[in-house]
Amino acid sequence: MTEFTADAAAAETLGARPGRAPWRVLVGATWRQGRTKVGVAITLAIVAIAVIGPFFAPYSPTEFVAPPFSSPSSDVWFGADNLGRDVLSRFLWGGRSVLVLSGLATLFGFVIGAIVGLVAAYSRGKLDDLLMRTMDVVLAFPQIVFALILAATVGPKLWLLVVAVALTTVPRVARVARGAAVEVVERDFVRAADAIGVPRWRILFGEVLPNVTGPLVVEASLRLSFNIAVIAGLSFLGFGLQPPSADWGLMINENKNGLTIQPWPVVLPVIAIGLLTIGTSLIGDGFARASSGIERGGGERG
Amino acid sequence: MTLPFALSVENLGVELEGVAVDIVDDVTFQVAPGEVLGLVGESGSGKTTVGLAVLGHTRRGARIARGKVRVEGADILALPTHARQRVRGRLVTYVPQDPASALNPALRIGRQLDETLSEHGFGTAAERRERVVEALGEVLLPSGSDFLRRYPHQLSGGQQQRVALAMAFANRPRVIVLDEPTTGLDVTTQAHVLETVRDLCAAHGVAAVYVSHDLAVVATLANRVAVMYGGRVVEVGQTGVLFHAAAHPYTRRLVEAIPELSGAHALVGIPGTAPRPGQRPQGCYFAPRCAYAQDECLASFPPVAAVGSGHEVRCFRHAAVLAESVAARPAASARPAIEVADALVAVQGVNASHGERQVLFDVGLVVRPGECVALVGESGSGKTTLARCIAGLHADYAGEIAFRGTALQPGSRSRDAELRRTIQYVFQSPYSSLNPRKTIGQIIGQPLRLFFGAGGADGRRRAVEALERVQLGPSVLDRYPHQLSGGERQRAAIARSLVAEPQLLVCDEVTSALDVSVQAAIVDVLAELQRELRIGLLFVTHNLALIRTISQEVAVMSEGRIVEQGLVDIVLDDPQAAYTRKLLSDTPSLEAALAAAG
Amino acid sequence: MRIWHGITGFVIRRLLLGVVTLFIASVIIFAATQALPGDAARSILGRGATPESLANLREQLGLNEPVVEQYLDWIGGVLSGDLGTSLASSLPVTEVIGDRIVYSAFLMLLAAAISVPLGILLGAVSARRRDSVFDQTTSILTLGLAALPEFVVGITLAVLFATTVFEWFPAVAVTEPGVGPWNYPMELILPVATLVIAVVPYTARIMRASMVEVLESDYVEMARLKGMPERLVLWRHAVPNGLAPTFQVTALNLAYLAGGIVVVEAVFNYPGIGLGLVEAVAARDMPVVQAIALLIAALYVLLNLLADLATILVSPRLRTSLR
Repeated sequence: MTEFTADAAAAETLGARPGRAPWRVLVGATWRQGRTKVGVAITLAIVAIAVIGPFFAPYSPTEFVAPPFSSPSSDVWFGADNLGRDVLSRFLWGGRSVLVLSGLATLFGFVIGAIVGLVAAYSRGKLDDLLMRTMDVVLAFPQIVFALILAATVGPKLWLLVVAVALTTVPRVARVARGAAVEVVERDFVRAADAIGVPRWRILFGEVLPNVTGPLVVEASLRLSFNIAVIAGLSFLGFGLQPPSADWGLMINENKNGLTIQPWPVVLPVIAIGLLTIGTSLIGDGFARASSGIERGGGERG
Repeated sequence: MTLPFALSVENLGVELEGVAVDIVDDVTFQVAPGEVLGLVGESGSGKTTVGLAVLGHTRRGARIARGKVRVEGADILALPTHARQRVRGRLVTYVPQDPASALNPALRIGRQLDETLSEHGFGTAAERRERVVEALGEVLLPSGSDFLRRYPHQLSGGQQQRVALAMAFANRPRVIVLDEPTTGLDVTTQAHVLETVRDLCAAHGVAAVYVSHDLAVVATLANRVAVMYGGRVVEVGQTGVLFHAAAHPYTRRLVEAIPELSGAHALVGIPGTAPRPGQRPQGCYFAPRCAYAQDECLASFPPVAAVGSGHEVRCFRHAAVLAESVAARPAASARPAIEVADALVAVQGVNASHGERQVLFDVGLVVRPGECVALVGESGSGKTTLARCIAGLHADYAGEIAFRGTALQPGSRSRDAELRRTIQYVFQSPYSSLNPRKTIGQIIGQPLRLFFGAGGADGRRRAVEALERVQLGPSVLDRYPHQLSGGERQRAAIARSLVAEPQLLVCDEVTSALDVSVQAAIVDVLAELQRELRIGLLFVTHNLALIRTISQEVAVMSEGRIVEQGLVDIVLDDPQAAYTRKLLSDTPSLEAALAAAG
Repeated sequence: MRIWHGITGFVIRRLLLGVVTLFIASVIIFAATQALPGDAARSILGRGATPESLANLREQLGLNEPVVEQYLDWIGGVLSGDLGTSLASSLPVTEVIGDRIVYSAFLMLLAAAISVPLGILLGAVSARRRDSVFDQTTSILTLGLAALPEFVVGITLAVLFATTVFEWFPAVAVTEPGVGPWNYPMELILPVATLVIAVVPYTARIMRASMVEVLESDYVEMARLKGMPERLVLWRHAVPNGLAPTFQVTALNLAYLAGGIVVVEAVFNYPGIGLGLVEAVAARDMPVVQAIALLIAALYVLLNLLADLATILVSPRLRTSLR
């Protein structure tokens, strides 16, 4: 608890100097959380493996180097997979797809969701109802179920993965954005801007948006964590990347029947995906704690 | 053995947990049975912290670091937790500021009253029932089972506060702490609640600590007053003595800052702002704002000095302060006379609704250039709705609002930019009307760009000019709202309206979120605008005492209708409407209270 | 009209809203599986399909009729209990998914029965002992576990307890048709554990947040200032006000399980509707996909309706405002 109090005291002594921009304050306070640093370290490590890993891969990811399910040896450090390909090489190659696909899906879903939520909160009335009821309908499907329905018709295409996951991200982000903005649009500075005729889109993005960045950033990182899970999960179910691609989810799918004889082609990607989701959610939690600390410290009245 | 004091607080200190920053320090006072002590101070003075500490309680993040709180001689801070629990709610009770949130929404009134008794081992169910009936009777509430079965949200604000009072008096406590219990109530309800408190304290010999920022309320109720500043008690004395012949410069300035119904004197604010915990200076905390301050004041905090019977003060310069006559208050400067001019804005036959509920009925009003019209009324009277109809913030009305002879469209977005510029609105709370994510420069720059396309050096020049008009320096341009005090924020909000070069300024309760010492400065600024720029002002307020200082005309609203309007002096000195008379007699007045006390 | 007021009116309005939501959901399902641009029959049969088989399938799916008519046929069938015929097994869909529903429902109920009370308890205790070692530990653990995808948890459990490290439980559920899931306690342990680990952190965190808010409220402070013992402050003053969010959490929780079972059943080869959906999608068995998707959406709508009703019942303010 003492960290909030200390933050509040620190915020109050700022008084004399020109202010720091609110986003700097948020980023600064986030970075001061220990968990943020741990989260960033973990995430960067996994991203590094995914991005530069391929340059260090001893073999091609599709090359047959040993008998299927070979145990680790000095030639193949983590053994071979179900078809006899090098586990380490496939692992080093297999992170890019998860990162790119989940990153894109989160980006699209987040931007659209935030806009829908803000517009709904600001417009109120019928448009608000219409937008949010529509969001409710999409929410009726768990993300993975929705993606599966689309995959059933169109087949396992990568763009489809992105579209399906982005579509299911939209209502979840929209709910959070609307929830945060509903209270902001009621504040007098929005009325003040309304009264002098500031264009509506400017009120939305110039006045309201900066006041909901805290919850939105938290939601974005939460969504990224979940979307990594969904994308990897779809690959694991066999509806993501198709053989012979190297992909962490697909590796688990292909090798889970050999778990008792050769666990590495399953264990390595499981650890990587697990760490990645933990890392991103630690960062998100750092943001959440920082922004609630700032809210408390900043609201100095009475 | 009978003790002279029911409550004795000694050297109480409360600090922020972990960082050892004092919130309040060195607080000492006593209260006798049947006596009401007013604990007054502005926001951040630590008065509520002291009030809670009397029950051995602190808010999260704070802890009681030192001192004693003796109730009937026994120090309750020394008691273990469970023993302290048995004292709270039985020997020492509490009346909260906002009963709407302090009463449990999930429990019936009867249950909440009964548990106060049962958990402190009060008699059988039948005896408790009898006491609950008695306690509700004392606060003039019904006590039928129909009433007891209600939930808090089914009661009015005044009823909720009475339930809280009944709860506090039910156990016949020795000490009661009332934390601004009338905030948010209208003056008539406030007058009734205050009367009830006074009667009950006297009848049961309860020692009361009445925490408040409102000196007029305290003057009508309290026998003695303790003034807090920066977490310390700076002066204590009999109510009459303290307000007539205060020995502390802060107390004097505070009294001078209070507007009076009679309007006999000018309002004088206190420059600067009160120091927050952790930023308090070496020496006397008031010294940086004090006209009497000398070197010794900056060196150490003054010790307690007795200046009369029961009158104590913490000021090195108390002799100099006392030597100065209190009567030397500047008289109010004359308001500009009303000119015969065409109406700036004319409201005629306006009916307005919120959804299905009609809130304005056939309202008419005129504001001329350079004139200030006060629109007074209690909460819910429709005064804010009328102001918002004029400013285009409330579009759901029928009838005519004309600006310089041309009828206005309802709603600012259907009016043209020129009209949006000439009619400006200042909101009640500067905590909500300034975007916390933008600098003051960005906030003031918005209307400049929108109306004049003025950016860059020109925009900056205009912004600085407007800030100077409200007595703020150019350095605030780079500040964020949270770095300014409440008064500074409100002045920045006025500056935002001024850069639009308006002809009509609609001010909605612009001082009610601010401390009295800051209120005067805002009133000054507005009067000057009216004089020098000949801006027409519509000054919406619930505070009758303010209007003589600022306005030439007044319109009194009640339940959506204007019940009386005319020149301020005529309406206030010879009110015609029964409602105006009632309002005037219920408004607490420092002058009247002191006159009554002799 | 009187029936629009009061609690009955509220229930009726909510029911109608649920029906509308479900109707739109059914349109989405239908549009996604059958009316998407392109030839559904070709995408089902693949490139190597002969013209005759394509024509046959089109006839069977009713693809030659106008889209609206296709939808009405389908939804009419659903409403009269006829979900169509599985393309993969040529059995009625009701028969294909009937057993699977029992398996999944049992798995979900078991997981919910463990995770809801556990999550609520953990959350409430964390809030009560805010910032204690218990709270900090729970916070870090739940944060980490909430982030993990179900298949990561499931496979980790399988590696630890079923295959590589220990071999205590079976890694895959081998079941016979017609035998209830309750006959396979050992097979159930790992799937249930996976779902519990996936859901408890989530519930606990939301519960903690809402209890913290309640415990910070003025009325809880007032109860303390009235000298109420802590036990009473917690159970009489705080908990009733924390219940409403709890119902919402529970509904969310169960709805979330509906997505969780898809992956978990695939990991452990557990024959419920989740695995059924995966297999149907792989086989392009559209009638089965449609039926399962609609079932999951209906479950979501129903849970939300129940949660809203429960919230109304425990909040006097809402309840009395409906009178």
